[in-house]
Amino acid sequence: MAKLELRGVIKRFGDVTVCDGIDLDVEQGQMVCLIGASGAGKSTLLRCINLLEPVEDGAIYLDGEDIAEPGLNPQKVRARIGMVFQSFNLFPHMTALENVMLAPRRVHVKSSDELRSEVEELFTKFGLADRIDNYPDQLSGGQQQRVAIVRALAMRPEVMLFDEITSALDPQLVGEVLDVLLMLKNQGMTMVLATHEMGFAREAADKVCFLQSGRIIEEGPPEAVFDAPQRPETQAFLARALK
Amino acid sequence: MTRRQRYEAAQRRRSLIIAGISTALVIAAIVIFVPMAPGWEKVQRSFFNGGVLADTFPKLLEAFKVNVMIFTLCAPAIAILGLLIALARDAKSPAFFPLRIFGAAFTDVFRGVPVILTVYLIGFGIPGLGLPRPYNSPYIWGSLALILTYSAYVAEIFRSGIESVHHSQRSAALSLGLSERQVMRDVVLPQAVRNVVPSQMNMLIALQKDVSLLSFIGPVEIFRQAGVFKSLTANFTPYVGAAIIFLIVTIPATRYADYLMAKQQKARS
Repeated sequence: MAKLELRGVIKRFGDVTVCDGIDLDVEQGQMVCLIGASGAGKSTLLRCINLLEPVEDGAIYLDGEDIAEPGLNPQKVRARIGMVFQSFNLFPHMTALENVMLAPRRVHVKSSDELRSEVEELFTKFGLADRIDNYPDQLSGGQQQRVAIVRALAMRPEVMLFDEITSALDPQLVGEVLDVLLMLKNQGMTMVLATHEMGFAREAADKVCFLQSGRIIEEGPPEAVFDAPQRPETQAFLARALK
Repeated sequence: MTRRQRYEAAQRRRSLIIAGISTALVIAAIVIFVPMAPGWEKVQRSFFNGGVLADTFPKLLEAFKVNVMIFTLCAPAIAILGLLIALARDAKSPAFFPLRIFGAAFTDVFRGVPVILTVYLIGFGIPGLGLPRPYNSPYIWGSLALILTYSAYVAEIFRSGIESVHHSQRSAALSLGLSERQVMRDVVLPQAVRNVVPSQMNMLIALQKDVSLLSFIGPVEIFRQAGVFKSLTANFTPYVGAAIIFLIVTIPATRYADYLMAKQQKARS
């Protein structure tokens, strides 16, 4: 049984079918990269997994439990799945520390001191120790995105979703955020990424899925998908993306 | 000096000269033409009488304390009630449906009726039920009328503030496993309230002025006191005195609200 299994996931916005029957297996500790043109359905798929968007049909199994069941309380599921967004979405009225502490404080019953030392450790680990009391607008994009990652990690999630988290960054800041992803991978975090960083996907991913029009039309290990794509659509996309 | 700086300095000199001349012309026109009006002497005597102003001004200031007191009691009540109404109108759970209806009806009614009418209806109507002293005081019921009316407006401003918080903030908060209530309390509301501070400042300024409407049902606040002095002295100068006292309070407050508004505009761009 895979950590995360998607079976026939369908999501529509009005008449537009954004996810058109998606099947996907993510094994424990795997890093899966979703690639494809903008509008292919990568972001929506991630939002569906985190139950930010209710799916129309199909099933999403987390440790074998169907979390796409309508009527299920989404709060518990979301606490087990972390998500990081393209636009960081830090809370501007809170310091970096308060951003990270908010959810664990509200959701877990844990002493504040214990939590604080745990969170400070995370900040140190990701090179943010001296930024702990800064407000988001006092941080660079790369720092903000790392705080956002720490914020998600503080909930001790079992799976992390990353929605094009380097797309809003200046090119020289992309590296520091990708390094964090590699660190997480080495620690055995299960991760699903929507990304335009082809070089990174090729280096780091365990599996690459190419999406078009809401379907995964090709998937496999990165060498196979990047070096010997079978489908003409994948070939065309990669020719443009790797140009 | 660079070419650009020389050019801009010349432009500034030119603007200053033009502004100076046009201001001088306007003032000259007022000083020359207004006293030429046939009724000027009479208006000057009955509206700008220095002696009357000096005699009544201290007592007007005294009466203004009543305005300040009513204002100070109403403002926090309005903030709380306004926020509750705003939250009631946005409540999603079906159990809160009656609350939602009530919130909508409340804002419709109290925004739809002129303030003075609400003051009359509540200020005369409720004591008319035969309440014992001191619960029949027009101070209480007039204040309640102001609280209800202003809460309706303030609630709408809070609602616009809630809508102004980008939905990605909600997504991020929900993705952490927070409940709808926690998202509202910890993430959306603090930002919403901050966004509407300048607008709410303007409501406070309006409230400060509208406290004078209570004079119509009894309380002797500054406007009523000025009316008393008008009768005693057979002169309108006390009204001008009252206006001056209002301006001393409202001009700095308005400037401050404008400053906050400008600062926020800058932060957003």
